[in-house]
Amino acid sequence: MRRESHSSMSRAVRTALISAMVAVGIGLPSAAIADDPIATLRNWGISKEPTPPPTPKISNTDLRQGRNYPEQPPVIPHSIRGYQIDLNSNRCLQCHSRKATELSQAPMVSVTHFMARDGQVLTSVSPRRFFCTQCHVTQLKVRPLVGNSFIDVDSLIEGVGNKKGN
Amino acid sequence: MRGFFKSIFERLMDYWRVLSSPSKYFSLGFLTVGGFLAGIFFWGAFNTALELTNTETFCVSCHEMRDNVLAELKSTIHYTNRSGVRATCPDCHVPHEWTNKIARKMAASKEVWGKIFGTINTREKFVEKRLELALREWDRFKANDSLECRNCHEFKFMDFTEQSSRAAKLHERFLSSKEKTCIDCHKGIAHKLPNLGKAAHMK
Repeated sequence: MRRESHSSMSRAVRTALISAMVAVGIGLPSAAIADDPIATLRNWGISKEPTPPPTPKISNTDLRQGRNYPEQPPVIPHSIRGYQIDLNSNRCLQCHSRKATELSQAPMVSVTHFMARDGQVLTSVSPRRFFCTQCHVTQLKVRPLVGNSFIDVDSLIEGVGNKKGN
Repeated sequence: MRGFFKSIFERLMDYWRVLSSPSKYFSLGFLTVGGFLAGIFFWGAFNTALELTNTETFCVSCHEMRDNVLAELKSTIHYTNRSGVRATCPDCHVPHEWTNKIARKMAASKEVWGKIFGTINTREKFVEKRLELALREWDRFKANDSLECRNCHEFKFMDFTEQSSRAAKLHERFLSSKEKTCIDCHKGIAHKLPNLGKAAHMK
């Protein structure tokens, strides 16, 4: 009696599990992929190994790019392959530090980076701002994966002004 | 004790007497031609052995090199790149010209000492000593005007239009004027940099 109930229970559990696995593993993701392109960046089933797209080139124009909003960390307009940023050394600061800019003619790190978290200004880059690539990134020549309708604040003000007819 | 030194001295004098007297059994022709051939053989063997120690395989046969500096080199452009041309250890660390090569090789015999006494036989010891080792290499490059770099990267053949504008500008300003040499800016391109807080070089 006991054994019977146990086996029937386990059978029920197994059936439920298998059907769940079938639903989750095969049915649902493919449906989701087909319907919503943003839901996943992997447009293939788990079992398929697609050929990856070619690695895009890093934009290396050396031309400063505008910021989309005032607080945006400026993007890096050059290659940073192999740049060492660690306890020992910071390759970025070899050109962008206050002392180096005279020779390198690179833009100096903003003085906001010298501020410790209590607003105290230190003599050089504060440890909490040391790891440049946490905020500053290189750019790739690719189509954005997801579009957006962001409007720059100046354009926004202009747009509002135009609508009012001023 | 005195008798011991005396017997050694007498033995040496015996050798000298043999060496300084004319040959009794061998002809002059045999001695000169034989000596010449032996010289060629010796020279060939010497250079072959020298070249054997001038390979990456030889360098990384010690774990100190394999686990530290080679491991770091692997991700850099001097190890892997689009065209598959690469620099091995001696390309940068041993001068190609013979006299300088021998001088460098003699200086490098200190590394054998280091190997025997385990100067950098753990990662910690290596990291601790890294600044000293790096400074020595940088001084060498600075003194020979980055000769090993220039064996491949010859300024005369640089096409500035192919360089990024930033690189071209800096090369134009500092390299063409001979104000700076390669190593002044390109430190730590093949291996990780030591803690430069302690180094006057980069301040």
